[in-house]
Amino acid sequence: MDPTIFLIQLLNGVQYGLLLFLVASGLTLIFGIMGVINLAHGSFYMVGAYLAWSLTQALGSFWLALAAGIVLSVVLGMLLEWLFIRHLYRRDHLQQVLLTYGLILVFSELRSILWGDDVHGVAVPAMLSGSIALTETLAYPVYRFWLSAICVLLAGLMYYLIQHTRLGMMIRAGATNREMTQSLGIDIGLLYRFVFAFGVALAAFAGMIAAPVSSVFPGMGNQVLILCFVVVVIGGLGSVKGALAAALLIGLIDTFGKVVEFELAGFQVLPELAGMSVFVMMAIVLLWRPEGLFSRRLR
Amino acid sequence: MIKPLTRHSSRRDFLTGVGALAGVSLLPLAGCAKSDKVRVGFMLPYTGTYAQLGIAIENGFRLALAGQGGKLGGREVEYFKVDDESNPAKATDNANKIITRDKVDVVVGTVHSGVAMGLIKVARETGSLVLIPNAGANAATGELCSPNVFRTSFSNWQPTHPLGKVMVGNGHKKAVFITWKYAAGEEALASFAEGYRAAGGSIVKELFVPFPNVEFQALLTEIAALQPDAVACFFAGGGAVKFVKDYAAAGLKQKIPLYGSGFLTEGVLDAQGEAAEGVMTTLHYADSLDNARNAAFRSAYRDAYGTDADVYAVQGYDTGLLLIQALEKTGGDITDREAVIAAMEGAVIDSPRGQWTMSKAHNPVQDFYLRRVENGDNKVIGVAWSALEDPARGCSM
Amino acid sequence: MSHRYQQIALLVAIALLLVFPLLGDRFYVQFVTRMLIMVVFASSLNLLVGYTGLVSLGHAAFFGIAGYIVALYSPEAHAAGFWSSLALSVGGAALLACLIGLLVLRTSGIFFIMATLAFAEMLFYLFHDTSIAGGSDGIYINERPILTIGGWVPIDLSNFVHFYYLVLAFAAAVILLLRVILQSPFGKVIVGIRVNEHRMRSIGFDTFRYKLVCFVIAGALAGLAGYLSAVQFGVVNPEMLGWHQSGSVLMMVILGGMGTLAGPVIGAFSLMMLEELFQSMTKHWQLLTGVVIVLVALYLPRGLAGLLPARPAGNGELPSAGSSASRSASSNTASTGGAPAGVQDRV
Repeated sequence: MDPTIFLIQLLNGVQYGLLLFLVASGLTLIFGIMGVINLAHGSFYMVGAYLAWSLTQALGSFWLALAAGIVLSVVLGMLLEWLFIRHLYRRDHLQQVLLTYGLILVFSELRSILWGDDVHGVAVPAMLSGSIALTETLAYPVYRFWLSAICVLLAGLMYYLIQHTRLGMMIRAGATNREMTQSLGIDIGLLYRFVFAFGVALAAFAGMIAAPVSSVFPGMGNQVLILCFVVVVIGGLGSVKGALAAALLIGLIDTFGKVVEFELAGFQVLPELAGMSVFVMMAIVLLWRPEGLFSRRLR
Repeated sequence: MIKPLTRHSSRRDFLTGVGALAGVSLLPLAGCAKSDKVRVGFMLPYTGTYAQLGIAIENGFRLALAGQGGKLGGREVEYFKVDDESNPAKATDNANKIITRDKVDVVVGTVHSGVAMGLIKVARETGSLVLIPNAGANAATGELCSPNVFRTSFSNWQPTHPLGKVMVGNGHKKAVFITWKYAAGEEALASFAEGYRAAGGSIVKELFVPFPNVEFQALLTEIAALQPDAVACFFAGGGAVKFVKDYAAAGLKQKIPLYGSGFLTEGVLDAQGEAAEGVMTTLHYADSLDNARNAAFRSAYRDAYGTDADVYAVQGYDTGLLLIQALEKTGGDITDREAVIAAMEGAVIDSPRGQWTMSKAHNPVQDFYLRRVENGDNKVIGVAWSALEDPARGCSM
Repeated sequence: MSHRYQQIALLVAIALLLVFPLLGDRFYVQFVTRMLIMVVFASSLNLLVGYTGLVSLGHAAFFGIAGYIVALYSPEAHAAGFWSSLALSVGGAALLACLIGLLVLRTSGIFFIMATLAFAEMLFYLFHDTSIAGGSDGIYINERPILTIGGWVPIDLSNFVHFYYLVLAFAAAVILLLRVILQSPFGKVIVGIRVNEHRMRSIGFDTFRYKLVCFVIAGALAGLAGYLSAVQFGVVNPEMLGWHQSGSVLMMVILGGMGTLAGPVIGAFSLMMLEELFQSMTKHWQLLTGVVIVLVALYLPRGLAGLLPARPAGNGELPSAGSSASRSASSNTASTGGAPAGVQDRV
């Protein structure tokens, strides 16, 4: 592979990885702090994308849609926590799996009723619609760079919030020992509601900003859900840093898996089985470090 | 619409089944004595990604029958519907619902190839008449061809076959082919390769994206590195939107022309927007096809349903026309299986897509048009291949 | 008293199942056959989830692989032997379960859920992306296997009534087999593992080996279900081993009630019948299914079987005192991968 192309592929991998991180971070946060496994996470991603599409049409501006979408998704998150999730903290994972699986079906049908089953596109906002030439034939859309920058920014923000603020301290305390934190006078219920809403908003936000480069279609949530699981498991459940590392790893594996040819016994393995590559990676990590690469939480 | 009635009857049937299970023996009711109506069953996706296609097919079919006062060979029609959700896991089960529970005379189904495979399996065992209004799996009218299975749409072999000739004609002799890694994509690639090589072109590289993954950036970089004369592709739905947009955003569109199977730009042009302009595709239909038949069809469709017809609506419409012709020949008798099949085999369909006939293996022999996207519309450039017939490999009929 | 009613209900249900094909229309007989196949599948998963405490989200791997084995083993133009194809399919599923089990059993809790999912998805892509067996369109079994006993053909698998009774017999055999397993010393050990694995290990049991044996038995029984499912309609496709299949069978187990022999039976029948009912009511039937699942998760943590009055202990079911045991087991599962750390040290 020619070095320029290699560097561009590296960029592709990192860029894809950062987007994956953004989607997966909400899942890992909710799990790490609240101990809730949320299968409906992909549905929030889908809801975000559809919100971006419908709100851009209604409000006439992608940026306004983004702002309104964030508010709506936070409200949705709080509502869901209050209605359902708060009853599950003391139950085992099975009930959480069951409930959130049910929510996947509910959201998928509500989407169909509200927005239909069509495929839609969201235009890239005018100020970011240019592209930068990388080689003679290949250009890179500015929007993708912006996307990566936002992901890095959010990763930094989350790290700061959790490690260096009072709120983050309470969250970490709540994650370590719920009862103890409560007895210190912290309203843990409210804290959890906030964390869950934040996780939902992260997924929805990812869906919203991905909408212009992706398209908006019914099955998009389930597709992303499985990838998020892979990211979270490889990174170590609940570790934001781990999720970032794992997302980048998956981004690179997926990117190079599609283009690098690798022969095994005369059989072209990688592009032929690129679909398997991330799961093979996950299996290897699970066997090597069963608790994920970064198993200590929130570091 | 006749829908609610159907719903009730199938619900009653089901409850009867449950009732029997619970020991309440109401079963004589479930026997559903055959009426003198023709029983038509739709096994189509009404929910999920392909829901719009299922609805368009049903609309098209009903529109064709509306031209006959809603009758087939002078007989009233009773409709039955099963939503197959485009889920192959439930395919045989849903096929059984429509065939052995509802006991329809003819099944119209379906969109998804994997689901069609399940339906065909059941039809081969029960001998039921099946009309496929979309699913392109080559095997359906190839190695699995069967006297009671007809297709009114296309085989996956067909749409990409004429592309090669067109591309070489435009001076593009080195191409990259890119598609999803699944059966339809591989069939489209195989037939493209066949046509392209025969015309004197060579495929530089075949690129695959795991289905239904839509992250194309790595492969677009690879295309830029390979610098082929042109790119040919097979994508549909959400993947088609994303691929066309990404291809343009990567600046490749100006340098390396993009060709594709027509589904690349069907029903998704609004979502693709500017990025699709200039993309060339081959398909057996185009909305803008300039003939009186098409104009009449499109205006009747818009009057009836308030939306614009698309290729799927045409396929549904032609399915209706085929059945109308067959039952006219048999005088409305659908139980005379051999006469019905013979009538369908000899049918000449005067379709909005142009006239077509049925091949020996029961797949349309039809014209394929070269289209270019201009101002958000698939504009017909000309006929890319006239009367293209699927080779029906492995069919012994 | 109530126990007596339950026994009567059980007998009535068995009698109904026995006479059903004589009354039912072809479609309904095939439908009940399918439910019985799912009973076998769900029961096999129940051995893992309900009794051993291993929540697998990749159980369809064994269901699907058996289907693929019989499809690939069946010759193009004529029928395969029933016994040989069955042995090969079930054996293949067991072998796969052994291989995957050796790897995934190194993890626990939420990681186990994810690891099983990963392996099943690997298998899904193997069959979906390659032309080993028809790729994404799937593969046919053209001729159903022939069941012979010394040249005599007692059951014709193409006859839906014959096939119904074959599946019914298998379902009954599987439930009886599980009952025997659970009442054996082996069964007491695995329930012990679910309740408190550390204690079992410190008593001196090689818990890994017990779990592996369980995993293999469950895999083999799922393989039996997959074999029957593939043979029923003669179509095998990658969705058979997809995560939706794993998810829906897990739903059956939880909905019915884990850790009881009746649970998977109730779960398989009720989920499939509910879906049929909803489907006949509205296009958006999945909304109703979703709501039911959410309500069960919130209000019926022990599943539908939890509505039945508790049975006296010693019937191969969990003792009713097990509710407290199951609670402590739950918190154990929750913590191994989960937030409130330190439970491991506490135990």
